[in-house]
Amino acid sequence: MSASEKEMESLRAGRSRRPLLAAVGVVAVAAILLAYGAMSGWFAGSGTQGATVILVGAGATFPYPLINKWSLEYHDLTGVQVNYQSIGSGGGIAQITGKTVDFGASDAPLTSAEREAAPNLLHIPETIGAVVFVYNLPGVPTGLNLTGPTIADIFLGKITKWSDPNITADNPGTSLPDENIFVVHRSDGSGTTFVWTDYLTKVSSDWASTLGTGKSVNWPVGLGAKGNEGVAGVVAGNRYAAGYVELAYATLQKMTFARIKNHAGNFLLPTLDSTAAAAGNAAPTLPRGEDDWSHVSIVNAPGADSYPVASFSYLLVYRELNVYGSSMTQTKARALVDFLWWVVHDGQAYASDLLYVPLPPAVVELNERSLGLITFGGIPVRA
Amino acid sequence: MSTIFANIARGVRNRRNGAAWGDVSFEVGSGIVAVGILALIAVIGAILLLGSTDSIRAFGPGFLADTIWNPQPPERYGALTFIYGTLVTSALALLIGVPVSLGIAIFLSELAPDWLRVPLSFMVELLAAVPSVVYGLWGIFVLVPVMRDHVEPSLQAVFGFLPLFEGSPLGIDKLTAGVILAIMIIPTISAVSREALLAVPQNQREAALSVGATKWETTRIAVLTYARSGIFGAVVLGLGRAVGETMAVTMTIGNRNVMTVSLLDQGQTIASWIANNFTEAGPLEASALIELGLVLLLLAFAINVFARLMVARVLRIEEAVA
Repeated sequence: MSASEKEMESLRAGRSRRPLLAAVGVVAVAAILLAYGAMSGWFAGSGTQGATVILVGAGATFPYPLINKWSLEYHDLTGVQVNYQSIGSGGGIAQITGKTVDFGASDAPLTSAEREAAPNLLHIPETIGAVVFVYNLPGVPTGLNLTGPTIADIFLGKITKWSDPNITADNPGTSLPDENIFVVHRSDGSGTTFVWTDYLTKVSSDWASTLGTGKSVNWPVGLGAKGNEGVAGVVAGNRYAAGYVELAYATLQKMTFARIKNHAGNFLLPTLDSTAAAAGNAAPTLPRGEDDWSHVSIVNAPGADSYPVASFSYLLVYRELNVYGSSMTQTKARALVDFLWWVVHDGQAYASDLLYVPLPPAVVELNERSLGLITFGGIPVRA
Repeated sequence: MSTIFANIARGVRNRRNGAAWGDVSFEVGSGIVAVGILALIAVIGAILLLGSTDSIRAFGPGFLADTIWNPQPPERYGALTFIYGTLVTSALALLIGVPVSLGIAIFLSELAPDWLRVPLSFMVELLAAVPSVVYGLWGIFVLVPVMRDHVEPSLQAVFGFLPLFEGSPLGIDKLTAGVILAIMIIPTISAVSREALLAVPQNQREAALSVGATKWETTRIAVLTYARSGIFGAVVLGLGRAVGETMAVTMTIGNRNVMTVSLLDQGQTIASWIANNFTEAGPLEASALIELGLVLLLLAFAINVFARLMVARVLRIEEAVA
């Protein structure tokens, strides 16, 4: 047929090549532009786009809602954009060590090994969290009394039933069922586990000798769920289950949680006040921002009103900002320190609504001194 | 690689002889892409190997037989628990999924009336498009309560004497994970099997019918036998998905590092463990996790090779007999 003969002719003659060549040309030009742009840092996360300063942070998931709120409010206030990626404490420490972010965030302070890898990082506690013991017992409301050693034995598998004398002794008025305790822990590495195991290590010598403190431990009993929301979900969905979650999750999901006996001997509910008291009472013992924080822990804090399972969450920032080389400018350095200054002062006003605990005045003072140490090229950024 | 160059050389010769650029670039291009895929697999294997050197040096071959995973000093990591969990859940998934998928495929190709065939195929393929996380969420909210309150107690009542069904049914265990995996691989296996069955020439069925076979006998003798290698390929595809599935398994298996016989106990698989721990792992643990990934890759590869060898053996025996 003549139509298809013409087709064959044009194919052979290459006339139909033109659109294809045009497409290849566009793709080639785009690829070259992309490569050049990547090399020139067009796609770098931080820097200045026109007049907007962009600060980049990464780290713990626990303070993410709060840091997110801060970014929004601070942007409205000053125009500075703060991008935070909640990839986990370990990721945050890795990124700040690699100097790919302007500030890191971690629920656990730097260990000595991490400190060696990234010298001159300042610890800036920006908020305080509490970890609570949640349970699902039909007919038992919030307020079951538990001691630290009892909780440790539950998670060690030594106490297996809710009707165990260790539990009933502290709860004379409550009828506890003769059922197995369905233990739930975290399946992923997390700062929440770090705080919880830190507390258990301090109250139970059995725990200290077999499992210790860590973002992830070799749990002897129980089922693992991913994330705070995973643990909350499994506990809420299964009768006689018990686990540990951050205070904010427990409150928002309206879960029942326990009173835990503190160092002074009082059974306390985890509230914003009791957690703030724990941090306030521990403040005098905190190191300076530039020192070693690897042994800092406010669990089992002294004081009659201190909730025993509280913890700081830290922002990590370099003391001398010229370690970033050419990607750090005086403007950006100033913006970073101003942002952190705002976070520990005005930013704390946003904490309670989101169920985070504001910093007590003593800790704010500590941070003010640490932020005053930050220099750019040897000159203090905040004069 | 030499065939690529041979192709290019031949292409140039042909071009000189008047062959279209289209042909030449097609041959060369597809050759490059094919080699590229092989290169990609090699690169993945190489990166896994490089990342796991620290762990291999620290633990040696004992890594594969160790059941302890402890990130606290002194660090000690072992893969056996996870290998076991992966094999058990994948085997369960195949045990439940393959018969169901074959049933769907046979129904769609042999038995379904025309007006039902297209909508039903569409529905099955739609299942394949559901993201893994959605399966996990459905698993937690729907499947787990059903398993815990109805299915598992019934299984225990009937088969409770077997060590396979010991323990208290919590709904979150290897059995539920296996069931979810089965549901996830059904669309893959049934879609590919259906294609394999549809590709069987009609004269095969006619030949069987003409010697007096019933519908089922026709399907069994003429159609399934002919489509065997296609169905096998489908099963291998499904197995690949089951072995690597992460989110749905994490949400339903219980994440407990123990190796037990009972299906009603919690467990852990390689993919789920890596996903849970990689972000917060220290340097040696990260290396051990990468070694786990390498083990998973080799495991999938080994299952694939073993299954193909078995099928080849069966085909050879049949040819020898025929």
